[in-house]
Amino acid sequence: MVMGSIMKIQKETAEPANLSLASSGILSAQNVDVFYGDQQAINNVSFEIPENQITALIGPSGCGKSTILRCFNRMNDTIDICKVTGDIRFAGQNIYDPKVDVVALRARIGMVFQKANPFPKSIFENVAYGPRIHGLASSKDHLEEIVISSLKRAGLYKEVADRLQESGTGLSGGQQQRLCIARAIAVDPQVILMDEPCSSLDPIATAIIEELMESMKQNYTIVIVTHSMQQAARISQKTAFFHLGDLVEFGDTEAIFTNPIQTRTQNYISGRIG
Amino acid sequence: MPDYTLTTSENLQRRHAAEARFRWIGRLAVLLSLGFLVLMFFSISTRGMGAFGQTHIQLEIHFDEAMLDPNKQRDPQQLARANYKPIVNQALFELFPEVQTRRAQRSLYRLLSSGAVFDLANMAGQNPDLVGSTQLLWLPASAEVDLFMKGKVDVSLEEKLRRLKNNEIAWINQLKVKRQIRKKFNTAFFTKGDSREPELSGILGAMIGSFLSLLVCFSIAFPVGVLTAVYLEEFAKKTRFTDLIEININNLAAVPSIVFGLLGLSIFLGVFHMPRSTPLVGGLVLALMTLPTIIIAARAALRSVPNTIREAALGLGASKVQTTFHHAVPLAMPGMLTGTILGMAGALGETAPLLMIGMVAFIVDVPQGITDVATSLPVQIFLWADSPEKGFVERTSAAIMVLLAFLVLMNLFAVFLRRKLEKQW
Ligand SMILES: Nc1ncnc2c1ncn2[C@@H]1O[C@H](COP(=O)(O)OP(=O)(O)OP(=O)(O)O)[C@@H](O)[C@H]1O
Ligand SMILES: [Mg+2]
Repeated sequence: MVMGSIMKIQKETAEPANLSLASSGILSAQNVDVFYGDQQAINNVSFEIPENQITALIGPSGCGKSTILRCFNRMNDTIDICKVTGDIRFAGQNIYDPKVDVVALRARIGMVFQKANPFPKSIFENVAYGPRIHGLASSKDHLEEIVISSLKRAGLYKEVADRLQESGTGLSGGQQQRLCIARAIAVDPQVILMDEPCSSLDPIATAIIEELMESMKQNYTIVIVTHSMQQAARISQKTAFFHLGDLVEFGDTEAIFTNPIQTRTQNYISGRIG
Repeated sequence: MPDYTLTTSENLQRRHAAEARFRWIGRLAVLLSLGFLVLMFFSISTRGMGAFGQTHIQLEIHFDEAMLDPNKQRDPQQLARANYKPIVNQALFELFPEVQTRRAQRSLYRLLSSGAVFDLANMAGQNPDLVGSTQLLWLPASAEVDLFMKGKVDVSLEEKLRRLKNNEIAWINQLKVKRQIRKKFNTAFFTKGDSREPELSGILGAMIGSFLSLLVCFSIAFPVGVLTAVYLEEFAKKTRFTDLIEININNLAAVPSIVFGLLGLSIFLGVFHMPRSTPLVGGLVLALMTLPTIIIAARAALRSVPNTIREAALGLGASKVQTTFHHAVPLAMPGMLTGTILGMAGALGETAPLLMIGMVAFIVDVPQGITDVATSLPVQIFLWADSPEKGFVERTSAAIMVLLAFLVLMNLFAVFLRRKLEKQW
């Protein structure tokens, strides 16, 4: 059903640029510049994110990973001073096209934030909120079904099954992050953008989330920002290395970690910059 | 060689001394302000307590049919309008049959409040069967008698300088011996409007007037203030224009309240010809006055909602309005309500703007709606404090106590709301 509506939008925006879809990924960025006021945070970045794979964005702090990630679901719209230029496409459609409804875009492209940010409501309400505002559930039972299956897919259900009515903010950090993942997948997006989802988690919680991403890969396209090179190497198929707002290198994860072409990439993955 | 000393040094001791000094100054400040507070409460309550009691005299009232209802119709309306003065005077005369001269009788009849007849008229009007019967009733004494019973008449003064003469004091003392005079709880104070006679005046009219004004004030200032704050904080782009608005709102919060009264006078009364002296106009003026306070409080409350919550909602595909009203506003609500109630408490104590729009008039009737003429608690206090009758002195303090009780209640309500709403994550 969701795919159906996407197809419809595609038909409406019949542009020649659609040609690029055949060869490339579900998300694409072409010549993207991002400015915060006068300061440029992203310099002329172009790359394609393949469907149903995990793409990792790595780079030293402040290089613009979060900034580029937030471009894909137009979260940067909420920052007054932020200006994005260039061409960003989701399934071939320019997401800055005036015809594009940003609400629909964000329903297709979900986001998990660096710091777990559950709503100060019950666990159930946290997950149910998305389906409710998008009218995805036909009945109360259906809504409950969506909530439970989302919690299960996020690997959280067993731990919270008997306290769905308790506050989401009362969970541990790792549980909160998985709650946020469950909340994101409850709206059934095609892409999930994750901004350092494991930055505040211990190795066990991290492992759970990595496993989760591994299992979600078949159904979702995942873009993950991470500071841990091991994590990028473990879970991703593609890796993009950013430095000072430039996309230095982008390619298969294997290649980037074993045989980087750029010296800046070499220096970073060997720990000489960062 | 590294320094391992743990014992105190001169420098450290100086720092400790400074700390102790500061602590004592702080304690002194708290003590001083508490002291003033206690002093204020003490002086007001010792002066005002008296007003909660009112001297009553027990009389045997004969509801004489021939005098009250010569046509034997028992018509309540007619009974309420009948003249009860003769039967009251008769009852007093029966108590002191030895009083014979006209002049003495007139001063005897003055022992009782002139309002006693209205009490009887009400009773007979509500219960026509009383006619023909004889009842033992407690009726309010006059203000002079009341003051004497409360020990506020200086009997050592020369008789000429006193309003209460020696013979009247003698009668009161006789009544005391017969236990037919005593202080009772002053229900009239809480059930009546203003009056020229201290013993007949009550605070209900002013209380209702204040309540209705605050109701109008709240129902305008709260929605307008909150929506303004929401718009400015969540929707408006930060431009020079919104900066200008912000500065102006902050300035408005500091404008003396009488200016708002003048504004109300010229706009609501002058241009829109709204009814003068009414809670409607009073509430509108108070709303203008509290609006900036509410806007500032609501904006601060919204600003304290973490942005991550908004991002979470937007990231799920909630629209701006949904994000605002599903998440930001409910989370900010406790702060908004607290700010609003504190603003309203300020409005409750406001006198100056109400004087400008005519709520200072002498009004006997208890207002029934927002378009009835009314006064308000602080204005009533102002009016009574200005009255020459001695009986109003304690009523002024009693009215202040009622006002303070209202303020305390409102503030407690604010605390309660905050606790309650905050718990509901
Ligand atoms: N809201 C903002 N306003 C102004 N400048 C910003 C804003 N957000 C980010 N920047 C700037 O943009 C640049 C890139 O920031 P970004 O958050 O994308 O870095 P990052 O790669 O995610 O860093 P980290 O790994 O520390 O999260 C930084 O120089 C930062 O100072
Ligand atoms: Mg970041």
